[in-house]
Amino acid sequence: MNFEFSDEQKQMGAEARRFLAAKCPTAAVRAVLEGDQAYDATLWKGLADMGFLGVAIPEAYGGLGLGYLELCVIAEEMGRALAPAPFSSSVFLATEFLIVAGSESQKAAWLPKLAAGEVIGTFAHAERAGAVTPKTVQLVASADGRLTGAKTAVPDGSIADFAIVAARTAPGSDARGVSLFLVDLNQAGVSRIPLQTIDPSRGHARLDFNGAVAEPLGGAGEGWSILEQVFDRAAILTAFEQIGGADRALEMARDYALERMAFGRPIGSFQAIKHMLADMYVLATLARSNGYYGAWALSTGAAELPEAAATARVSATQAFQHCAKNNIQVHGGMGFTWAFDCHLFYRRSNLLALNLGPQSQWEDKLIARMRARNAA
Amino acid sequence: MNFDDTPAEAAFRAEVRAWIDANGPHELKADLESAGFGSMELKGVDSMAAAKAWQKKKSQAGWACLHWPKEYGGRGSTPIERVIWGQEEGAYGALGGVFIIGHGMCGPTMMAFASEAQKRRYLPPLAAGEEIWCQLFSEPAGGSDLAGLRTRAEPATDGSGDWIINGQKIWTSGAHYSDMAILITRTDPTVPKHKGLTMFFLSMKTPGIEIRPIKQANGQSGFNEVYFTDVRIPDAQRLGKVGDGWKVSLTTLMNERLSIGSGMSTGFPELFELCCRIETENGLAVDDPAVRSKLANWAVKTTGLKYTGFRALSALSRGETPGPENSIGKLVAGPAMQEIAMFAEDLQAQAGIISDPAIAAANGRFQAMLMRSPATRVEGGTDEILRNIIAERVLGLPADIRVDKDVPFNQIPASARA
Repeated sequence: MNFEFSDEQKQMGAEARRFLAAKCPTAAVRAVLEGDQAYDATLWKGLADMGFLGVAIPEAYGGLGLGYLELCVIAEEMGRALAPAPFSSSVFLATEFLIVAGSESQKAAWLPKLAAGEVIGTFAHAERAGAVTPKTVQLVASADGRLTGAKTAVPDGSIADFAIVAARTAPGSDARGVSLFLVDLNQAGVSRIPLQTIDPSRGHARLDFNGAVAEPLGGAGEGWSILEQVFDRAAILTAFEQIGGADRALEMARDYALERMAFGRPIGSFQAIKHMLADMYVLATLARSNGYYGAWALSTGAAELPEAAATARVSATQAFQHCAKNNIQVHGGMGFTWAFDCHLFYRRSNLLALNLGPQSQWEDKLIARMRARNAA
Repeated sequence: MNFDDTPAEAAFRAEVRAWIDANGPHELKADLESAGFGSMELKGVDSMAAAKAWQKKKSQAGWACLHWPKEYGGRGSTPIERVIWGQEEGAYGALGGVFIIGHGMCGPTMMAFASEAQKRRYLPPLAAGEEIWCQLFSEPAGGSDLAGLRTRAEPATDGSGDWIINGQKIWTSGAHYSDMAILITRTDPTVPKHKGLTMFFLSMKTPGIEIRPIKQANGQSGFNEVYFTDVRIPDAQRLGKVGDGWKVSLTTLMNERLSIGSGMSTGFPELFELCCRIETENGLAVDDPAVRSKLANWAVKTTGLKYTGFRALSALSRGETPGPENSIGKLVAGPAMQEIAMFAEDLQAQAGIISDPAIAAANGRFQAMLMRSPATRVEGGTDEILRNIIAERVLGLPADIRVDKDVPFNQIPASARA
């Protein structure tokens, strides 16, 4: 039994933690939260120089050619630091879409630039409020590959150089009418409107496509199934981001409980506080163990991948939301001030809970997938 | 990252499997696998005799108490070998239930504190299942606050050096079939409560011991009250120094939480199976989004515990000590089991009240879980004590402020109305 990251992988995580501690203190997160920039460009350059953007990209395409276990440990550190950078959009989504469904020439054209941080990629699928299903994908792709319609809440939409866009290639609501397109966002046919969101430390935008030029990614009508595959992979990587955030929120709450005095004693000596912290630890521990299951499935390409992804996702979302909200509770009134960092974690936990589909959708997927396995 | 055995582990597993294939009580397998929750009923077989026979057979071939030294009846195995044995023993492991407390808690305490001659006398028959042990710890006035116990041990007035025991223990598992016990007593009520305790071991046949089964809230009787009236035991049966009983008991309790917390069931697989068969207003329960949401929550708890266990096994496999994450086991599994039982009955609607195994869904398993799960949340450390332990020992929060800490035991208020 070796259900653990290797010493080399742990060292890589430690290296990422040291780098982020130096380059991404919460002051850097606040600078993006409070400022006009949609991301921290200096940090992004540093992440690229460290090789972190291309950890799982094969060497032939300019990456480090390591693997997903290495990417998981880095994702955890990004979550812990609340990195205000387009890591998840570019690395978990755009890169994975290209690896899973890109043609040879698309991979050759884009992966080296993604690995080097020369371009930022993202994915756009939502068009309105409510769960994204094949029916809600109504942005239209014409036969000659031009897109017309709008996408909303696109992560890093105002800074990305290109996006993978889910579009309808056959009218109606069928999943087989959904195809994916790779779209250069720096063209006249695309306009971007930055959006005000619950977590301004990560930029989001509305994208309007007016006959924008696009090239297909993957086969016509295969869009939805590719999307599900990539979302499973991204869910595992995001789970590690959430695990890192949950752990840090728990540590903050613990540290504050040790130092804050009330009624003549540290508040951490009251059982009401202790039990809250113990419950945070329980959820964070379950999420980490479920995350390992996802990491194993992703790194080995196991048949269990879809079930493991939903397991890791549901558990990590629970843990980060729970730890972030109770971190504020332990801090009391101070936790609700702008000056304390608690709200940064609260914001991020609620952003990550939605950005690959809501908890209810993943719960549904998890049980559907367990049922399929049991029936098989 | 993988789930594979190392070559040495694979070789050990093959050896274990071959021996069990050749020697296992295969005639009991079907009964053991279908045994209901919390009970081991073997049709037409004396289950105690079957348990002792399997333990004896294992012992003779060197497969009893694997982690104990060979000279005391064990095998001197590594922790991971012990785990592999447990995985391969599978359903037959249920036969070892009556030995768990002796092997997991009393044995290690004897190993740490008894004399060499005592260890050689008592440990091999304990390993071989010839003598069953229980632990006489909890009292009516001392459960979570174990150190508040009141059973007295006083020096005999005849100058023999013997000790005379008077008092009462409660919640003693298996006292009615046990041969031996470890016993914690108060030897000095004039010092603060943790300082006046002393540990002993004794035969359960010693004159003056009376055992009364407790009828539990679920109607079963797995525990006992044990009364002591002028029970005399020689000083040679003392474990540790006079007044060091609390320290000795910590050895025992560390082992209790390790053994009770490992591999705990939540009842999720059974609930999932029920949901694939039972209908709600919206069709099959497992297709109902509201049901799915609840199932997903219990699913991730159950898999999370499983893989937390795998992380601990990985540490053992590398020869390391597992981290503190295993301390969550019972705290997660106990409440989950209770919630799952309640939801399973909700799905059965009016018929959910029926507990008769002959007609209830899933042979009444969920009704039995419902009625047993309150005990799971209390025994071996309540949910609240477990949260304290996680908060203090894992997260490093300050210990509770104890108003009775430096007060002589006989001056601590015993009644809330005083």
